[in-house]
Amino acid sequence: MAALQINNVEKHYQSLKALGGVSLSIEEGEFFGLLGPNGAGKTTLISIVAGLNRADSGSVTIHGHDVVSDYRAARSKLGVVPQELVFDPFFTVRETLRMQSGYFGLKNNDRWIDEIMDNLDLTNKADTNMRALSGGMKRRVLVAQALVHKPPVIVLDEPTAGVDVELRQTLWKFIGRLNREGHTIVLTTHYLEEAQALCNRIAMLKAGQVVALDSTEALIRRISGSQLLVRLKQGALPESLHSLLTHPEELLAGQKYTLRVTDYNDVEPILAALRAAGAVIDDMQLQQADLEDVFIQIMEGAK
Amino acid sequence: MTGFQTLFYKEVLRFWKVATQTVTAPVVTAMLYLLIFGHVLQDHVQVYPGVQYTGFLVPGLVMMSVLQNSFANSSSSLIQSKITGNLVFVLLTPLSHWELFGGYVLAAVVRGLIVGAGVFVVTAWFGQLSFVAPWWIVIFALLGAAILGTMGLVAGIWAEKFDQLAAFQNFLIVPLTFLAGVFYSIHSLPPFWQAVSHFNPFFYMIDGFRYGFFGQSDINPFVSLAIVATFLIVLSALAVRMLKSGYKLRSGAH
Repeated sequence: MAALQINNVEKHYQSLKALGGVSLSIEEGEFFGLLGPNGAGKTTLISIVAGLNRADSGSVTIHGHDVVSDYRAARSKLGVVPQELVFDPFFTVRETLRMQSGYFGLKNNDRWIDEIMDNLDLTNKADTNMRALSGGMKRRVLVAQALVHKPPVIVLDEPTAGVDVELRQTLWKFIGRLNREGHTIVLTTHYLEEAQALCNRIAMLKAGQVVALDSTEALIRRISGSQLLVRLKQGALPESLHSLLTHPEELLAGQKYTLRVTDYNDVEPILAALRAAGAVIDDMQLQQADLEDVFIQIMEGAK
Repeated sequence: MTGFQTLFYKEVLRFWKVATQTVTAPVVTAMLYLLIFGHVLQDHVQVYPGVQYTGFLVPGLVMMSVLQNSFANSSSSLIQSKITGNLVFVLLTPLSHWELFGGYVLAAVVRGLIVGAGVFVVTAWFGQLSFVAPWWIVIFALLGAAILGTMGLVAGIWAEKFDQLAAFQNFLIVPLTFLAGVFYSIHSLPPFWQAVSHFNPFFYMIDGFRYGFFGQSDINPFVSLAIVATFLIVLSALAVRMLKSGYKLRSGAH
């Protein structure tokens, strides 16, 4: 049984199609990335999963529980960190977390609350009113609130937008631990290097459609290889290498060339060809394709 | 604690933490009404035979405070949570629509009754009060608070801005309370306005409540009870239906 099963979910706002039949199946224990430009429908999809919004058609189940007809069971299995930095100004951090536990029917949850606060470096703010916290600290509380009931599925909607390096590291260390302990993680982010480092599988959304869905490695492999940047001190690029140029207009300016290569094995023949042509290399760099290249290629391809 | 108990506790804590504004202030306001109206009208108006005007006014002011504060509690809590966005913490939980309804309305009842008790304590000194039928006092206070708590819930769900909620309060709740016989018996009104008053559900709440003190009222208290209870059931059905459908709460602004 999938941890999160999304079947052909559609959502319209008047004439705008926010989601046009999205289907995804996320297995237990996955660290799943949901990527896409602003307005692609990521937050709408998450809202439907969380019961904050209703789909026009299609269905969503969390560990087999339908989010509409069996919402109590579904919501008890789900923890959501919302994108907006919201808080209740009436309460302290500890009160906030106790109250959130209570909503899920948990009594005496202080041990787990303490552990969450410890892991998110919130312990010395436990009795501080929410209003008095910095933005970063409020963000930590938002994460903590989503975890009070140890949900098997954790959804993080852009948790690191505008967040400093320290919090990012604290957050990913803790979330990584929960993932290793078996929690399923669904992450949306605009930081593609973050998604590349953390997620085992990625779906890319554009204009309410899934335009790519694969393991992170397989997605990166889709970009044919890497690029070799060469700057010449002397001489010109021999004609035999012209076909490798990614930007043929570089021939006009001379000196600086970007060549398409599959891997390191392709580098040696290029160097040999340059030597044979009497060219002298000033500088050289091998650039690996990353998720950002894939993202740009897929988004442009899906136009 | 269950989810329902937690929501109830949270809602009570929310107003209790700012009790100066939510409890003390309305008590002081009610006392001012009593001092001014009581002083000016004491020797000019006699509503029921053998009942002084100040004595007549006290139960009216108590009930008015119960009603207005019950409404204020649920409506302000909801609109604030909606506008600041923290309502999401409640919406993400397994709380059912019945639990949401019960949590908000019960906390509103508690605030209404605490303020009502406060108003009673500071105003009872000024009028000669009797307690002919105390159960009627309790029943009408509870039902009135529950009705206004439910109206606050409905208004809080419906309103999208503070402005809309203020309109609901100023153009519906305040006129309905003031025109319900807090300061006068409807028998002192011209026939047309007497007839109009019978369509105001608040009138029956205050009239029935006052019956508990003096054993005299404009309407038979059993009739008032039937009307008030029916009104509560209809309103509750509406509120629960709104919560169940997710009206304005789960429709998504994105």
